[in-house]
This record gives sequence, C-alpha cells and structure tokens, in this order.
Amino acid sequence: MSWLETFRTGAQAIMSHRLRSGLTMLGILIGIAAVILTVGLGEGASAQVSNEIQSLGTNLLTVTPGSTTTGGVRGGLGSATSLTAADATALANKKDCPDVAAVAPVSSRSTVLVAGSTNWTTTVSGSTPGWLSVHSRSLLEGNFFTQDDIVKANPVMVLGATTAQELFGARDPVGQSVSIGTETYTVEGVLNVVGSSSASGTSQDDLAVIPITTYQQHLAFGLNRTSVSSIVVEATSKNTLSAAYQEINDELLALQGAATPLAADFTITTQTQALTTATSVDHTLTILLAGIAAISLLVGGIGVMNIMLVSVTERIREIGLRKALGATPSVIRRQFMVEASVLGLAGGLIGVLLGIGGAIGLPHLISNPIVISPSAAVAAIVVSLAIGLGFGVYPASRAARMAPIDALRSE
Amino acid sequence: MPEAEPPTHVFPVLPHESSPASPSLDEVFEHSRTPDSVPGGTGGRGRPIIELADVRKVYSAGSLSVEALRGVTLSIDEGEFVAIIGPSGSGKSTLMHILGCLDTPSSGSFHLSGEDVSHMSETELAHIRNQRIGFVFQGFHLLSTMSAWRNVELPLAYAAVPRAERRERAIAALRRVGLGERVEHRPGELSGGQQQRVAVARALVTDPDVVLADEPTGNLDTTSTEEILGLFSDLHRAGRTVVLITHEPEVAAVASRIIRVRDGQVTEAPPRELSRA
Ligand SMILES: Nc1ncnc2c1ncn2[C@@H]1O[C@H](COP(=O)(O)OP(=O)(O)O)[C@@H](O)[C@H]1O
Ligand SMILES: [Mg+2]
Repeated sequence: MSWLETFRTGAQAIMSHRLRSGLTMLGILIGIAAVILTVGLGEGASAQVSNEIQSLGTNLLTVTPGSTTTGGVRGGLGSATSLTAADATALANKKDCPDVAAVAPVSSRSTVLVAGSTNWTTTVSGSTPGWLSVHSRSLLEGNFFTQDDIVKANPVMVLGATTAQELFGARDPVGQSVSIGTETYTVEGVLNVVGSSSASGTSQDDLAVIPITTYQQHLAFGLNRTSVSSIVVEATSKNTLSAAYQEINDELLALQGAATPLAADFTITTQTQALTTATSVDHTLTILLAGIAAISLLVGGIGVMNIMLVSVTERIREIGLRKALGATPSVIRRQFMVEASVLGLAGGLIGVLLGIGGAIGLPHLISNPIVISPSAAVAAIVVSLAIGLGFGVYPASRAARMAPIDALRSE
Repeated sequence: MPEAEPPTHVFPVLPHESSPASPSLDEVFEHSRTPDSVPGGTGGRGRPIIELADVRKVYSAGSLSVEALRGVTLSIDEGEFVAIIGPSGSGKSTLMHILGCLDTPSSGSFHLSGEDVSHMSETELAHIRNQRIGFVFQGFHLLSTMSAWRNVELPLAYAAVPRAERRERAIAALRRVGLGERVEHRPGELSGGQQQRVAVARALVTDPDVVLADEPTGNLDTTSTEEILGLFSDLHRAGRTVVLITHEPEVAAVASRIIRVRDGQVTEAPPRELSRA
C-alpha cells in the first residue's frame, strides 16, 4: 500500500471520529500555542530591552562608586562616596583619555516639582552638558544648560516631554518657573520624546535635569555633597569601547592613589553587561514558562497515545479484516503511525496558528510585546510531529502484532 | 509460485467420493495422475490445491489447552466446490483459518498449490492471503465508513494495484454480484444479503485461487441465503475453487462434495443423495 494511500486511510479514520480526534489534538494544540506565545513573550522582552539599550548607545560605560570585589568591606555597591564631579572632569581630559567622547556625572533623586498650583513627582538628576550626548538625547525646544550654568550653579532646568506636559499642559514651558522646595528654577528646554520605558520601569520622558553643582547645593543628601551617584562615559565609537574602558580605569586608579586594581573603589559597567543582566531575568522566566509548555506537550503526547490505544482496541475487527485481506504487519503499523502523526501534526499546525493569532492579538490586551519567531514555529511543528510518532509507536506495534484470527473473532 | 509436485503424504479422506460432476470437463483437465491417486478430487480439475496432512491445532490459554483439530488430513482439488459441515464447536472455523493462512497449524503440514505454508512468516502469509485467497465471513466484515466499491477495492490496495484500475475492477466485481447500481452505498445503507454480496465481490476482486466462506449465510434470511449460495454455484461453474463452511445440511447441499467434521476430526462423508440433492 502506497504512502499516499496509507495517509488517506489515516486521515479518513481521523475524520470518522471528529470529536475524539479534535479533543486529542487539543492537548497538543494548547502545548504548541503555549510554546509559541512563551518564546514570543521572551523574545519580545529581550528585543525591547536590547532596543532600549541600543537607543542609549552601545558605546557607553557607567562608573559607579564601590568595588564589586571588596563590596562587603567597603560598603555596598553605590553606597560609597568615592566618586566626585572632579573625577568626571578628569575623565573628560582628552590627553589622558583620548577615546572618551563625552562624560556626564549623574546624581539623582525623586522629588516633587511645583509649577503654579500643579505638583508632579519625578526623578531629578544633576549632571553636566555631556548628559545630552551620552544619553543620545536631543531637545524639542529651548536649550540645554551650559558649562557656564555649571560654574555658576544656576537654578535652571531641562524637562522631559511627559514632565513638561504634566506641569504645564498646553502652555509653553520654556521660560516658566518650577519650584523644588524653596528653590525656584527656570525651564531652559524640553527634551524630545523617546517613547519606550526603561527596563527598570521608569519613563525616560518623565524626568528633570539640572546642573550638577546646583544639585549638590540644594538637593544632595548628607555631608559629602561633592559625590555623584555615577559617571556615564561615552567612548568615541563602539570599537574604542575597550580602550576607553582601560583609560578611565587607569585614570581613576591614579586619582584614588590605588596601587592595585583590587584596591579600586569603583566599578565600570558596560551596556552589554547591563543587557545581559536585564535579559537573564527574562530568560529565567522564559525557561520556567517553556518548562510548563513542555509538560503540557508531554500530556498532549500521552493523550495521543491513549487515543491510539483506544482506537486499536476499538478497531480490532478492522485490523483483523485488513490483515485477512493482505495487510502485512508493517503496513498496519504504518497506518497507525500515520494516524498518530497526523493527529500530532494537525494539533501542532493549529497550535502554531493559534499561537500566531495570540501573538498578534494579545499585545492589544497586555502591554508586553510578543515576537513571532519563525524558528520556534518550525520547531513546534517538528516537535508535534515527533510527539505523534513517538507516542504512536507503542499502539501501532500493538496493532501490527495482533493475530488476525483474534482480531476477526471478536464480535 | 512453484509448480505443484504430487505430494506423497496426502491421505484421501473420501475415497468413494470420486465421481466427477462433469466427465467431459474432467477429461479436458485430466492430468498425469490417475484418478485413483487423487481420490479426494470431485468436480475439480484433478490438481490438488489444498493438501492437509495430520494437521493439529492446540489453543492454549494459560494452563488450559483445547485441541481444536486432532489430525486432519484432506485434499481439495482445483475447481472443486466443497462444503465443510459439522456442529458448532467442531473446529470448522479453526480449519478455515488454517486453510485461509490466517493461522498456522500446531503440527502437521499444509500445502497450498504445492507450496508448504505451515511455517511461513506473518508477512509471507499476508501476501498469500492477499493474492490467492478470498474470504467471506458470517458477519460480513465490511468497513462501515467506506462505500461498497471502496470496501471491494481494499485487497487490491494492499496488492499495490493502481488507483484507477482498482476502481474499475471493484465496480466490475460488484456488477458480477448484481450490485452495479449500489457502488457508492455504504454498508449501513444495504440489506444483509446485499452486504454479503459486497463481501463476495471483495473476495472475487483479486481473482484468488480459493474462495473460503465461513457460515456466509448464518446471518441471512432464506431469500438472501439462496442468492448468496447461487453466487457460489456461479463461481464454481466459472471454474473457481470454493470452500463453504456451514452447520446447515441444506446449505452444504449446494456443494459438489461434503466433508464432515466432528470433534476436530474429519469423519465420513454424508450419503451421496444428500450431497447431490
Ligand atoms: N482462540 C481460541 N482459544 C481457545 N479455544 C478456541 C479458540 N478458538 C476456538 N477454540 C475452541 O476450539 C474449538 C473449535 O472451535 P471453532 O473452530 O470455532 O468451531 P466451529 O467453527 O466449528 O464452531 C471450540 O471448542 C472452541 O472453543
Ligand atoms: Mg465457526
């Protein structure tokens, strides 16, 4: 009997038990759709994070106070006060650090901005004009503050688009006043919209930036007001990133008078490292969900096996008759294998369609983007076929081994 | 298929049942052996197609074992119409399963057209059943989801006959049994007699050496029984070997020779008058 013929026979057997076949497929279908959606969610999250970090620029280095190697002794990462605005100025020195394009020391805190009768809580950062460059941002209107504003510690401010909208609505914010506590700042400019929210969940459009010196005078906590929470360094290009890393590492070691890198009281992080950290969280979740999907596929496969066993028992007479008419054991085996794989494959195909449908429809309901991964779809189809085949082997060989007379006798 | 050697181990069971149905036909098909050496052949062409020698069949289920056949020796010639008759439980179906290569004997030998089939593998037996044997069962054994012609073409599908030819031959076989107008009907849409005729068409379609029928009229009314028996007589007249298994003497009467089975053994043949009736 030809393969085509066997396939037709199998398809006919499936069609003659529509409800049962449908329910069997459902097990596989749910598993496959879950796999497609899980992988899609994982990839969507990764793509989102990497897009965001790409948009920040991949040639960025972030220096934070505190050493990762001796953090336990010197106090936790970020809690040390070893970095100052002076360090940032030193790193901007073209002679010692030729591969550094821009430097921006950053200190931030969350606080309340008041404009007239409107209050708005946001993150206020103190930085230098380099901030604009290292964050690859541009202005929608007005100007960023200048080096002169840094020197004079002027009360000027640049707002994110969302913050400006919240404080001033339709009014032009440039030239308006914003108060933080008792200090009054003049809005110099408004930043262009970035759109995406960062991995940490804070919007890059909801913020305010003021000169670092102004920040140190009015907003910094504690006694050590010259310290900054981080220094963001932009290398001249992607290729000079490691050279820049080396240069700022050497420069900071020299400034701190540390003899060995072990005594260093700072940590340099690349965006790639940040990306890895951000996506590894997603990976854990993805693996967990994929595990659940795999279990559901296993259950689906057991469903196929169960139904095939029922089918073999129920069709003893048919098997006996086919054998009497000349079907060899291998032809019978093939027929049941084809049936099981058609069940698996059909479940897989419908599951992939459902998964793709979900990937298109779900983002309208939830905020997470879902990426349709062609390789996951192909793999899902292959896996569903393999499940059909794998779980079909036992029922099929049971049918093949059945003695024709036993099969014919059962009436 | 090897040419049949005259087997030396065949012990004819019905030595007196040697009168030919048609002497002229017998003359035409006369071959080298003398009629005395093939005493079982009646109404056939003289060449043995089925030869059983001391065949035993033991069914064992756990510690219990039933000897369904206890040393059956018989010979059936090509073109014969033989009825095997016996009470229920006498081993008729067991005998038919062995004749039909659906099962193998526990001991003894079975030659089909001179070929020893008692030790063949399941796959080899499947090919023999497909090409040389046509079955008709008491319970029709049609596949309910398929139309009549699809049921009939089934053995041809296993013989790898091309699709177009299969349909043609299936429809031709259905015409021969008078169901030319019912080819697209499903078994459920046909009467019992019609269903059994579909089964006969399926048994014929491969042009087998032997047609084996196990109680083919057991589930049928009188009219349908006559129709089906008429079909078997037609087949016999057309020169085909037919083995009809039954427990009813009236049914056995249509055959040209009767083999009586009791307690797993072949006993005497019934009086000539009955078998000729
Ligand atoms: N598969 C089997 N297992 C055990 N005993 C069987 C089996 N098939 C038939 N028998 C026994 O063998 C004997 C002959 O059965 P069978 O050939 O079906 O007789 P008949 O067809 O003449 O009614 C019976 O006693 C029956 O119970
Ligand atoms: Mg019986």
